[in-house]
Amino acid sequence: MQEHDMSWVRTEMALAQPAPARERGAYAWVRKNLIGSVGDTVLTVLGVAIVLWIVPQVINWAFINAVWTGPDRTVCTTASQGGIQPDGWTGACWAFVNAKFGQFMFGTYPIEERWRPILVAILFVALLVPMLIPRVPRKGLNAILLFAALPVVAFFLLVGGVFGLPHVETPRWGGLLVTLSLSFVGIAASLPLGVILALGRRSKMPIVKILSVVFIETVRGIPLIVVLFFASVMLPLFLPEGVSFDKYLRALIGVSLFAAAYMAEVIRGGLQAIPKGQYEGADSLGLGYWQKMSLIVLPQALKLVIPGIVNTFIGMFKDTSLVLIISMFDLLGVVKQNFADANWATPQTAKSGLIFAAFVFWLFCFGMSRYSMYTERRLDTGYKR
Amino acid sequence: MASQEILREEPSRGSFINDPRIRSLFFQTLVVILLFSSIWWIVHNVIENLQRLHIASGFGFLRSRAGFDISDTPIAYTSDSTYFRALVVGLLNTIIVAVAGIVLATVVGFTIGIGRLSQNWLIRKICTVYVEIFRNIPPLLVIFFWYSGVLAVLPAPRESIHLPFGSFLNQRGFYLPRAVWGDGSWLIGVALLLGIAMAWFVAHRARQRQRATGQQFPVFWTSVALIVGLPVLAFLLSGMPLTFDFPKQSTFNLTGGFWIKPEFLSLLLALSFYTAAFIAEIVRAGIRGVSRGQSEAAAALGLRSGPILRLVVIPQAMRIVIPPLTSQYLNLTKNSSLAIAIGYPDLTATAGTVLNQTGQAVEGVFIMMIAYLVLSLVTSFVMNIVNARMALVER
Repeated sequence: MQEHDMSWVRTEMALAQPAPARERGAYAWVRKNLIGSVGDTVLTVLGVAIVLWIVPQVINWAFINAVWTGPDRTVCTTASQGGIQPDGWTGACWAFVNAKFGQFMFGTYPIEERWRPILVAILFVALLVPMLIPRVPRKGLNAILLFAALPVVAFFLLVGGVFGLPHVETPRWGGLLVTLSLSFVGIAASLPLGVILALGRRSKMPIVKILSVVFIETVRGIPLIVVLFFASVMLPLFLPEGVSFDKYLRALIGVSLFAAAYMAEVIRGGLQAIPKGQYEGADSLGLGYWQKMSLIVLPQALKLVIPGIVNTFIGMFKDTSLVLIISMFDLLGVVKQNFADANWATPQTAKSGLIFAAFVFWLFCFGMSRYSMYTERRLDTGYKR
Repeated sequence: MASQEILREEPSRGSFINDPRIRSLFFQTLVVILLFSSIWWIVHNVIENLQRLHIASGFGFLRSRAGFDISDTPIAYTSDSTYFRALVVGLLNTIIVAVAGIVLATVVGFTIGIGRLSQNWLIRKICTVYVEIFRNIPPLLVIFFWYSGVLAVLPAPRESIHLPFGSFLNQRGFYLPRAVWGDGSWLIGVALLLGIAMAWFVAHRARQRQRATGQQFPVFWTSVALIVGLPVLAFLLSGMPLTFDFPKQSTFNLTGGFWIKPEFLSLLLALSFYTAAFIAEIVRAGIRGVSRGQSEAAAALGLRSGPILRLVVIPQAMRIVIPPLTSQYLNLTKNSSLAIAIGYPDLTATAGTVLNQTGQAVEGVFIMMIAYLVLSLVTSFVMNIVNARMALVER
């Protein structure tokens, strides 16, 4: 019989060869990503030129030439403008931000009472951080404390007038305190309102549906400034004589109504994405409308639209800066108000103050958008096809 | 037997409280009653408040003298004009800044969005940094940055910065040479219209011919030749009736030329740079939304990379891009109301002034709401037409 000579079959694996020299290491990466073709090379040269033009200027201005501390405008002005800097100097005037930091954070909140907003901020962070970390247990209790208990505590702490705390009127609030409190209360109010409007828009009752559609589309069609105008000049006319709202509260109503319309559209998107079977399943179990919505549909719909909700919140956080037009002083408003301070009037003041405010806004918004991306990835387990 | 008996029975209606139709009717009646009573309450309060403040309601005030000046007037306006004319000026200013902003934002946004998908690492990173910075900063802050941070600290008119083509930049704004059209320049306009009409006609015929015979025709270059060439020809034939009025430096100011005020410039730059960051993200998502198989299939059919992009990828990407692009255009239009913060006289600013002068709060806010709603509707309408042309034609 034929013998099976297997000697031509390898008994051990050949060693893996390294990739050709042209295809590995830094050189290959540069070739692929920077100088792939003639056009690519031109673009790279252009990009390098832009970076070399902008980055050194920015670093010089913001760090190397910047003034970090100082008593008044002289540290940030050149000799010919009456200051101590050499002629031709340009640099950031962080001394201005440094000197006004308390105002930027709290507005004209009385200095001896500033521990109150700080305490609220500490409580807020202490409740928010465990809420954001998925592994920490007891989310329900945490949410109740954050969204129900904290606003009440914060209200009494910030406004005062009880438990021996002196009363602080809202016109004295300002800076980041107003920005954060307006947007936090705005989101807390607009979320339930948005859910109701979204359910109303999908309702089978024609009158409820028409009312929701008219409200949502009208508010979405007009700028926030007009809504704020509405809240600040028309709300007082709507109320009987003698009854009047605080300006802060009026802005809060305007912002919440505005955000609710956008929130409603986001949530409607989530409601539409829930398969019909879920609704029918709930019906066949004999659940009523509110049970069906709160136990079956909304938990799934809200989970789907978390990124949209966070985006709406980011938009609202940025939009709170508009309240300065009805002369309230949020972070941007306080920064802008301080440009008028003759003690700090220099050519660099406006730029430095605005860049500081931009950095604070950017930090919050960027943080939120990154967290929303993280949540999206974490929750993206279910409906993948 | 027994089960059949049950089946034949009338289904139990139960209590009428549980009937969904009656419940719905009851609930809606309740809503209507609540709505009308609160409207009645509000109207009652408004009338009472207006009487107390001695403000006459109605739109009659629109015909009285405005008495305030407006810095940018696209149509003739003096402080003797009516309130109505002031509002029209405001509306026109809003439209001007919105249209200019939309054009600029689209150009910048598409450039950045395509840049984010570039093969080139450096370009990709630069575009990402741009998007991440501008998306996360309030537009109002960007407006202030341009207005008080950049434009207000430019040199005084005497030390204006000279730019190419005889233009100047100083703290009072941007001065460009203004084109002055002489006699016979109407010919150029006519030639331009004729060129557009002929280009449309050529495109139409070329499409018909390609459908009938499969032969292609270089429509794009012919159209460019017609639309650019005909006006140039007319320009040369009519004896070049174009001169430029250059801005001239005098002791305290610049005279002549075309003057763009810093308010308009900072508003335009801020709105378009802010919106461009969002448009860039939309464009990126749109192009990535077209599956790779599409361009591979086109390559397998023998198309080169240019036609693949033009004929296969972009038409499909536009379907994803246009609806969110529309809402960005609407946002830009609405954000143009931020003009009030730096004193550019747009609709909100003029209506605000009118409102403060006359005390006609209800009418003023009503006019603002209607105007913005109409602007939004017109923008959506135009974009819906574009969308309908782009949409997938299914059998």
